Amino acid sequence: MNRLTFKLEKRLTPSPVMVFIIPLISVLLALLLGGIFLVLTGENPLTVYSLMLVDSLGSKYGLTETMVKAIPLMLTSLGVSLAFKMKLWNIGAEGQLYMGAMAATWLPLTFPALPVYLMLPGMIILGMIAGGLWALLTAIPRAIWKVNEIITTLMLNYVAILWVDFLVYGPWRDPEGSNFPITASFAEAARLPGLGDSRVHTGLFFALALAVILAIVFKYSRWGYSINVIGSSERAARYAGMNIKRNILLVMFLSGAISGLAGMAEVSGIIGKLQHGISPGYGYTAIIVAWLSKLNPLAILIVSVLFGALQVGGYAVQVEGVPAAVATMLQGAILFFVLGGEVLTNYRLKLVSQKGEELSK
Amino acid sequence: MNQSLIQLKGIVKKFPGVLANDHVDLDINPGEIHAILGENGSGKSTLMSVLAGLYKPDAGKILLNGVEQKFRSPRDAIACGIGMVHQHFKLVEPFTVAENITLGEKGNSFFLANKELKAKINELGKKYGLEINLNAKVWQLSVGEKQRVEIVRMLYRGSKVLILDEPTAVLTPQEAGELFENLRRMASAGCAIVLITHKLNEVEAIADRVTVLRQGKLAGVLEHDQINAKEMVRLMVGRAVASKYERDSSPVGGVVLELDKVNAFNDMGLPCLRNMTLCVREGEILGLAGVSGNGQREMAEVIAGLRQVESGKVLLNNGNISNLSPRTIIDLGVAYVPEDRLGMGLVPELNALENLILKNYHQPEYSGRWLLKSQAVAHNAETLVKQYQVKISSLHQPIKVLSGGNLQKLLLAREISSSPKLMVVIYPARGLDIGATEAVHKLLLELKKQKTAILLISEDLDEIFKLADRVGVVFDGQLTGDFPVEQANLEEVGLLMTGSSLAKERMNDNEPAHL
Repeated sequence: MNRLTFKLEKRLTPSPVMVFIIPLISVLLALLLGGIFLVLTGENPLTVYSLMLVDSLGSKYGLTETMVKAIPLMLTSLGVSLAFKMKLWNIGAEGQLYMGAMAATWLPLTFPALPVYLMLPGMIILGMIAGGLWALLTAIPRAIWKVNEIITTLMLNYVAILWVDFLVYGPWRDPEGSNFPITASFAEAARLPGLGDSRVHTGLFFALALAVILAIVFKYSRWGYSINVIGSSERAARYAGMNIKRNILLVMFLSGAISGLAGMAEVSGIIGKLQHGISPGYGYTAIIVAWLSKLNPLAILIVSVLFGALQVGGYAVQVEGVPAAVATMLQGAILFFVLGGEVLTNYRLKLVSQKGEELSK
Repeated sequence: MNQSLIQLKGIVKKFPGVLANDHVDLDINPGEIHAILGENGSGKSTLMSVLAGLYKPDAGKILLNGVEQKFRSPRDAIACGIGMVHQHFKLVEPFTVAENITLGEKGNSFFLANKELKAKINELGKKYGLEINLNAKVWQLSVGEKQRVEIVRMLYRGSKVLILDEPTAVLTPQEAGELFENLRRMASAGCAIVLITHKLNEVEAIADRVTVLRQGKLAGVLEHDQINAKEMVRLMVGRAVASKYERDSSPVGGVVLELDKVNAFNDMGLPCLRNMTLCVREGEILGLAGVSGNGQREMAEVIAGLRQVESGKVLLNNGNISNLSPRTIIDLGVAYVPEDRLGMGLVPELNALENLILKNYHQPEYSGRWLLKSQAVAHNAETLVKQYQVKISSLHQPIKVLSGGNLQKLLLAREISSSPKLMVVIYPARGLDIGATEAVHKLLLELKKQKTAILLISEDLDEIFKLADRVGVVFDGQLTGDFPVEQANLEEVGLLMTGSSLAKERMNDNEPAHL
């Protein structure tokens, strides 16, 4: 008697077809799973989904808001992708964003009268240095004592968020702000110009430029090559004479600096001041975006827009009484299915018949 | 003659590209300690894994008390009373000893009947003199104690045949002595013990019978009264040194590498090189024989700058290179072919283009200030792959799919093409088939012709006698022998490798100058 069983067989090389199909199917499955939950809460999933789609991508306002959300996602995702490339699991983009925003805010608060050509570059540099140093705090123990950076970067997120809260509730609170936890509004010179009259700001160009630079670094540069080797095999890198410690410090600093830039762009381009809760978790979503994009900087740009749309759509359906958490749930579900589906890019499913050995005896 | 407890008949096991066991027979009697002796790669572990149900043989039979058995998993083997203690213990560290022993038992309720179990285990322990603290967590135990837990676990499951895979490799001499006493007691209680080893002194000390394997084939079986080191070496390494290569016999030049009383520690912080002193000259191959784990890998790492020199000096062309950075040492002309090709010598996930510039990607030939010169990189790979006859379907494919022989050719291509002054190679032919081995050997001889000094570290005496101009022996982090190849004697080197005191005494009589 023959028995049919499934068997996973390792592919020699990842299947190129699956690389494209898996994310697509994953998104569909995530929508299906989200749909089940929506049905259970008494909503019509088709209505909710179409509402999300129309509100995020179907109007000028929706598109603008989607891009507004996409910019910090792009920047933080690019930041973490640089660290991920070297298998440094920097999940502290959220904290690095807050520290970048904080440092960038310091300049207009302290020197409100600076001319624009000093103010904006100064804010950019301060934001990047602060984000970079915040990441470096975890890179140093990682490089010297191999302290797990997943834990340290994650924990520093809370420190950064609470530190910003302390400032906006305390020393930096605008005395004319009727007790709201906000700083004074920035001078016009400290605001990143918008594109036309929309809320989309020039931070978008930071993201585009960085994506191109990172794409070139990853693919064609000497430094990108060594990051790739260190990420693939630290022992081989050491054997080849690469300086692993220095690269850990450098990569972490730059990774944090890019997220710091995201923070600067938020306060300067969107809010115009520092306040409580400047990020709805961009730094965490960035991990998902970077992963779904397979650390490809150009893919990160596209996926960031999709996730921006998802967030805007989530806010939109709130009006209809559907919880905005639908968006977060879909994000999680997409990642879940993509990770699960990755098995199929590296393995193929085979149906094999097994002879019943007990019977043949 | 009474019935054997276990008989293996004509076992064949193939792995891709390797014939690990080639029609091997084995008889194991109850109450005996049976050693399986052979060099690395001779198929000892594979044969025992077949017996323990881990591998399915491609051909051959396993008979238990004369009845044929088919094992589909280790569980079947354990049910028949065959248990294996692996070199790397399979224990759950945070669990207690008692939990580890009963782990995976069928029919246990979730809440273990503690008292009963512990009484049973204690009884077993007393019977065989294996005392352990059942309530200790495994992570708190020493290596020797962990091994004891593994043994008790097998006995608890009713093993009548206990297979130990190089059990002393991780033990101190004292622990090893204790283990042997315990094994002796277990054997006299009726268990059959199978000991996988490549150490002759262990076999002499404890085995009742020994089966010797060579290159996957049965080389011979020695009864208790036939066991002696000479005979075992003969069986292990083959009768005579096989066909010789044509060798360049031009005289060697000046000293290139010199180790002067070098001391170093291994990864566990224990001394692994003790006043190691040796030298290699221009155009000379020094073949360093030794059983792996006697400081060879650490010595290569010390030379390559990957391991700290605690005291002593490493000199390259009379310049001190001790504790210089790996890159500086590479740039000074030291090439190194490490024992793990994949993961250290080569990066498995990267393609051939990238792997072939691993050590010189930063040089102006292959990169500018910022960007790699992709044309030069591609040209380099194409030339090397052609010149060294690496069989590869695409230069853009991750190299992890290549066979061992092709990986080694790729690695040697990169290292040799840097025109090194000194080449350090460890176990260059390990796991390779005959054709690939020959190709690798010819490359090394060719390199010698170009006046490179070569330090060849190997366990394979055939290889050393075929290639080396001088034969050194390393044991316990020291050089215990150093002969010109014409004066080296296969058996003597074999004995020195195992640290046999007999050989040392003889050496003292004959050649005191070398020690």
